[in-house]
Amino acid sequence: MKKLLMASAAASLMAGAVSADDVKLGVILGFTGPIESLTPAMAAGAEVAMKEVSDSGKLLGGSTVTPVRGDSTCVDAGAASAAAERLITADGVKGIMGADCSGVTGAILANVAVPNGMVMISPSATSPALSSAEDNGLFFRTAPSDARQGQVLAQVMKDKGINSVAITYTNNDYGKGLADSISAAFTALGGEVTATTAHEDGKADYSAEVATLAAAGGDLLVVAGYVDQGGPGVIRAALDTGAFDTFALPDGMIGSALEAAFGDEIEGSIGTVPGSESADASMVTEKVSATGADASGPYIGESYDAAALIMLAMQAAGSSDASAYAAKIMDVANAPGEKIYPGELGKALDIIAGGGDVDYVGATAVELIGGGEAAGGYREIVIEGGKITTAKFH
Amino acid sequence: MDFLNGLVALSNFVLIPAIAYGSQLALGALGVTLIYGILRFSNFAHGDTMAFGAMLAVLVTWLLQGMGISFGPLPTALLALPFAIVGTMALVLITDRMVYKFYRDQKAKPVILVIVSMGVMFIMNGLVRFVIGPNDQKFADGERFIISVREFKQMTGLREGLAIKTTQGLTVVVAVICVAALFWFLNRTRTGKSMRAYSDNEDLALLSGINPERVVMYTWMIVAALATIAGVLYGLDKTFKPFVYFQLLLPIFASAIVGGLGSPLGAIAGGFVIAFSEVTITYAWKKVLTYWMPEGLEPSGLVQLLSTDYKFAVSFVILIVVLLFKPTGIFKGKSV
Repeated sequence: MKKLLMASAAASLMAGAVSADDVKLGVILGFTGPIESLTPAMAAGAEVAMKEVSDSGKLLGGSTVTPVRGDSTCVDAGAASAAAERLITADGVKGIMGADCSGVTGAILANVAVPNGMVMISPSATSPALSSAEDNGLFFRTAPSDARQGQVLAQVMKDKGINSVAITYTNNDYGKGLADSISAAFTALGGEVTATTAHEDGKADYSAEVATLAAAGGDLLVVAGYVDQGGPGVIRAALDTGAFDTFALPDGMIGSALEAAFGDEIEGSIGTVPGSESADASMVTEKVSATGADASGPYIGESYDAAALIMLAMQAAGSSDASAYAAKIMDVANAPGEKIYPGELGKALDIIAGGGDVDYVGATAVELIGGGEAAGGYREIVIEGGKITTAKFH
Repeated sequence: MDFLNGLVALSNFVLIPAIAYGSQLALGALGVTLIYGILRFSNFAHGDTMAFGAMLAVLVTWLLQGMGISFGPLPTALLALPFAIVGTMALVLITDRMVYKFYRDQKAKPVILVIVSMGVMFIMNGLVRFVIGPNDQKFADGERFIISVREFKQMTGLREGLAIKTTQGLTVVVAVICVAALFWFLNRTRTGKSMRAYSDNEDLALLSGINPERVVMYTWMIVAALATIAGVLYGLDKTFKPFVYFQLLLPIFASAIVGGLGSPLGAIAGGFVIAFSEVTITYAWKKVLTYWMPEGLEPSGLVQLLSTDYKFAVSFVILIVVLLFKPTGIFKGKSV
């Protein structure tokens, strides 16, 4: 009897190491709130990666991966932390793909992820402040810091021959960080920033804010806001009063809602979204489109990559335990190793299982630098014929 | 030429928006002031009555648009307005029957009615968000501008442009019509006169055979009409979003109190005082002053007294100052 017990215990232990079980991954994005039109496609992007891995049957000896969604609300730190807490304690997720907006991401990291020792990879939190956040090596992002976006956008504006700009930003971590970095970079390039003012999201009327910006003047208006919130209101007020007719729009403003709201009224406006020429997210966006989500927004490839990195790191560590695989994320993301493109996750799992090295490229040419954030390629866009078109890559 | 440019910039960014905003506030404040004068309490549910009326107008507008009916260059919402007014009248009359009448029969103190109206406010607020959702809704259509910036510049050759939106023009015209009709009603008709009598001295009015329930009913119907019109105009000019009407409550009450609670004329004056204070105090005067000041004296800063974030603080401060130094308001209303 004793022998039998021992044997079965040993067998179950053995099975624990390699057995096929179900790994849950949290997907925390703002399914309600100021970027709610962008998040369904981002979640779908992450879920494409999870499905790909599940279907391959190669993760940790045939484990499947199930996504569990949580709502970050993008703006409410309390609600976001509660959602993350629930995913970890009630659903037992092994890693978190998210959160989306910088403020809530910082809150979840400090209040939930670090105390619980949970790995978080954000696809879209871009605040420069997160680079220096206390994270115990648990926080990564496949999106670059806005410190870089500010430099790129400033360069784009300067290249267009623009010498003075007014800046308005949404009054939160993301907006403030971005506005500061654009302003600093543009001034360093010899441009003039005539005024920098905040706008509150969710107001009915932005004519007073625009009146201030118009009084300050400038060749164009930088709107560092959200496309589902105050951003379009500011642009509408600026167009109506004739204060500005071209705009510079960072990533939060680029989406099909912008085309729908303004079309060719903002002809010639410029913008930047994360993206790289060597990166090819088309495989991901096609699959996301097939789920019925609108795949024209940003951060879909980043979401795919964030989920993929978590799963590859699990494979490399041979465990779905966050404390074990956190250290492996940089290894699988960067050289040396075989380059892994989107749709090749099965192949990557094979290589890792065989003891080889991978250099994950993914949908967005992932290269993690510093404390684990994307080095950052950007796509410059121009509004032409009422459509968002790609001008070039930086 | 510089003087003209400055004037145009001032009109574009201060005068026209403030006049339109002032008209919207005046219509809202008229409703508040009528309730205060006749029913003798501050109706906190007024903002959400506006939201409810505007919501009905949005829904009917969508229906009309769906049926392919439009109003030419004017917004279809104007056609929807009568339906929305009738619907809102029904809502406030039902509310009065079910809620306020109970407290009126008990001769409850005004402060109790104020608290009751807050309860009504939350219910209406929830009702609106339940029906149409908390988000922005677009329902404006028709011609967007009476004069657009580009047309104005071509016409005059000035450097500064001037835009007058159709909705801004419409707001002022409709507000003038409403105010004229209201004053005619209050001063010339039998019902209007009985309302004023009831407001001036309730007991005397009762003794002279005025039916109080009729006065109350007419008051609610007029208030519902005013609230709906104000709500629709604000929604057309800015954007329809349920929560925004709740935020409008502060400037509306400030307008009614500054003008003198219970005085219709005061409500209109108060509306414009508040609107112009909010806009001028938060406006950055740099552009206008650059045109108007002699060369070499142009300001280099923005010349902005308060950041636009403090817009509501302006009405709050005016409210406090008036309550401290002249509690009856400009037009000698009832003191609060």
